[in-house]
This record gives sequence, C-alpha cells and structure tokens, in this order.
Amino acid sequence: MKRSLPDMQSPKIEVRGLVKSFGPKKVLQELDLDVPRGQSLVVIGGSGTGKSVLIKCILGLVRPDAGSIKVDGEEVVGASRSTMERLRAKFGMLFQGAALFDSLPVWENVAFGLLAARKLPRGEARARAIDVLGRVGLPAEVADLFPAELSGGMQKRVGLARAIATEPEIIFFDEPTTGLDPIMADVINELIRRCVRDLGATALSITHDMASVRKIADRVAMLYAGKIVWEGPVAEIDHSGNAFVEQFINGRAEGPIRVAQAANG
Amino acid sequence: MNPLATVGRATLTVCDSAGGIFLFALQALGRGLRGPFYPRQILRQMIDIGYYSLPVVGLTAIFTGMVLALQSYTGFSRFEAQSAIPTIVVLSMTRELGPVLAGLMVAGRVGASMAAEIGTMRVTEQIDALSTLSTDPFRYLVFPRVVAGLLMLPLLVLVADVIGVMGGWLMSVFKLGFGPIEYVNRTFEFLETQDVLSGLVKAGVFGFIVALMGCFQGYVSRGGAQGVGAATTKAVVSASILILTANYMVTELFFSR
Repeated sequence: MKRSLPDMQSPKIEVRGLVKSFGPKKVLQELDLDVPRGQSLVVIGGSGTGKSVLIKCILGLVRPDAGSIKVDGEEVVGASRSTMERLRAKFGMLFQGAALFDSLPVWENVAFGLLAARKLPRGEARARAIDVLGRVGLPAEVADLFPAELSGGMQKRVGLARAIATEPEIIFFDEPTTGLDPIMADVINELIRRCVRDLGATALSITHDMASVRKIADRVAMLYAGKIVWEGPVAEIDHSGNAFVEQFINGRAEGPIRVAQAANG
Repeated sequence: MNPLATVGRATLTVCDSAGGIFLFALQALGRGLRGPFYPRQILRQMIDIGYYSLPVVGLTAIFTGMVLALQSYTGFSRFEAQSAIPTIVVLSMTRELGPVLAGLMVAGRVGASMAAEIGTMRVTEQIDALSTLSTDPFRYLVFPRVVAGLLMLPLLVLVADVIGVMGGWLMSVFKLGFGPIEYVNRTFEFLETQDVLSGLVKAGVFGFIVALMGCFQGYVSRGGAQGVGAATTKAVVSASILILTANYMVTELFFSR
C-alpha cells in the first residue's frame, strides 16, 4: 500500500481541477481548493452553485468527471471501494435535513458509526451515545425517542452528535442552520464551533447564512460558476475587494452575480 | 413525432433499465454475500415479508381454492368428471395459483413499501448518511430484503397451498356433496413431489424479484415525494410483469422435459 506520510504543513484536503457536469449542466469547472489542517473552512455561494456537489465529491458519493481530490495525500477520485471505506472512517457529516434513520431510536442513530465501524457491544455503544448526546446539550431521555418525535433543532443536534460520535478527523457541515430560527441557529453554530475545537478536527462547511459564516469559519471561500472566486481569512471578508463576495455578503440583487446564471449552476 | 424515434427511444429505455437492474442484482449479491452481515435487518425483513403477509396471502388462497372447486364442478359435471375436482384444485394451487397469486399480492404489499421506504431514504439523504457511517447500503438495505424475499415466499406459498386446498375442501364437502375423507384421499392420489417443489422454486424466484424491484426502484428514485410515488408504482408494475414472465420460464424448465 502506497501512502505518503502527510506532513503537518500540507492541507488536509486538496482539490485540484475538479470538473462535474450533470447532463448539459456544468456544475463544477476546474475547481481548486485547499482545506488547511485543523481549520474550519466555509464555502459560501448561492443556491444551486454546486456546493453540495463539491462535498459529495470529496465524500466519494458523487464521481467527478475530472480532477483530483486528496485527503491526507491520498487520492479519492477513482479510489477502490476498500480505500474509500478506510478514508470514510475519518469523515463525519452533518446533513442538511439531518438525514437521521427514522427506523432507529435516537441512541442507535448516534451510535451507528460506533456499531458499524468499531464493532462496539450494544450496551457500551448506548452509553457512549448518551455521553455524546450530553455534549450537544440533549438529555439522556431523548435516547429512546424516534427521530420523528423530535423538533427540527433537536434533529440537527442528534445529527451533529452522530457526526462527532466516532471522533472523526474531518467533519462536513451541509447548510447546518437552514430551516432553524435565528436563536436555534446560533445554538447550533456555537455547538459546531465547540465540537470542532474539542476534537481538533478539520471542518468543511457549506452555507449561505452569513451569521453562521462569521461564527464558525476560520477561512472563507466563495463558489461561483463552478470555481472558487475568492478565498481568505474570515476577518477579511468585509474588505475582500472582490465584487462577488461583496454582493453576496450584502445580499444585493445587482452586481456581477447574475441570478439567472447562478440558478443554472 | 417521428414514429421510428419513438420505437428506438422505448427500446433504449428498456435495455437501459434491464442492464441497470441486472447490475444492481449483481452488486447486491456480490457485496452482500461477502459480508459484513446484518442479522437484525434480515430478521426484521423476514418478519415483515413472511409473518405480516400471512393474512393477505391466506385470504387470497382460501377464496381461490373455493372458486376453483366451484368452477371446475360446473364445468366437469357436464361430462360426469366431478371426481377430478380434488386433483384439479391441488395441482392448480401448488403448481400455479399459489405462487403466482402470493407473488403478486406480496409485490403489492411488500414491494411497494420497500420502494417507498428506500426511496424516502434516498431523497432525505439517509442512504448517503449510511455510506458516510462506513456502512454499505447494498449490504445493509438491499441484501437483507432480497434474502428475506427469497426465503420467506416459499414458506408463504406452502401455507397458501394448504389453505387453498382447504378452501376447495370446504366448498366440495359443504356445497357439492363430497365425502370429507374421500376428498382428502383424492387430493393426494395424483400429487407428486415435483408439483409442490416447482411451486416453491417459483415462489423463491418471485420473492427475489419482488424484493429486488422494490429496492432497485427505491434506490434510483429522484426528486422528492413525486419521485418516491413514481418509484412505488414502478416497483409494483415491474415486479408483477417480471413475476409473470419468470412464471412461464420456470414452468417451461420444470415441465417441458
């Protein structure tokens, strides 16, 4: 097995020349992106600009047409199923709609990765699940409820608990605050911030919620027309000097971003 | 509209989905058989397919048995051949009607719910979530259902055979004036192992088809509630058509020799 040892300076995730089309729709066009080790990078961009596709390519759920994605120096694109399974053990993911398994109680959702990948006995996994639920501010009583019995905010918390239960090295957040009220959104942002810091994980998030960006990002990248058009530290986002970023963060209809074209991506 | 283009497009669509289903089945078996296995999932599916289909399949079987006896009586009494009724009932049930009707009923009950469940899991990203949690959806979702279908439908058909014969017995004894013992004796007089066995083989094939189509249509469904609805319909229709096609082929295999 060839595996170059990653040095601490190299990025955790390295995306080069990523291309993905769905039929005539060109979603990603020669996209380059680095996610630095131990940092939280947030990709912003309008709806339908391919943010989700980018994450799904890195997770190996969508096969890109061309390009390279390296995680710890290991190639994801075209990787064998066993390589992919090994790489995925490093990942945790919070899905937009939480994507909880509704046939399983909350604790089994949280412990799913522990039961599947680590082969933990069920009693032990349950105890671990309740412990992780505590970390996202949920009492032990919710452990035996089913996802359908929870509110949207609680489902997001359970989703977060499931994403961090296996203590992954990289956590992906897909629109973590969509569909939540501003206060609950702030609670979730706070939890994300704390969980990522406690685990020392690398985080890659996608969102169009600027409040969320300012809270959870170390660095920000702006995706437009299949490319990263700006990338920099979160502190510089208000004086980026980039017309796309300025239009986006101020939410203006006029500017270089044409909505018809954005909706096309 | 170019009629040739329509024919061509339809042909391509059929070939495309046939290939898709074939590859899907290969993946499900190839990956599923290599493990890891999920015994809880297999058990859950076996209970759902086997146990909860009993009422539906039982009702279908008893009425079919009764109608068979009644219909053959009206026909056969015209040339004094009523004594063949027990044989007619048992052979029709075991060889043909038991497996086919049970298969179609289970396609409606189980195939539809599988497509709806897996389709919903697909559109709510639960299938993607499985992959990110180091669990292969083919091993966790598809394989247990296919195995449960393959194993449980023969058992269901065995029950259906017995209940169907009982339906014929009830009709013949209480309405058509047969002796109860005589009817049972006549039932087994010409019955061969192969008659029952061919029905059970059919049942296994049909169970496989129902589960496979339910999983396949759910797995490839796209586009929210409408997509899931379409997947459910497709699962039932395609499973029913494949059951009838496979029924002919298995019959040919067993009885053409």
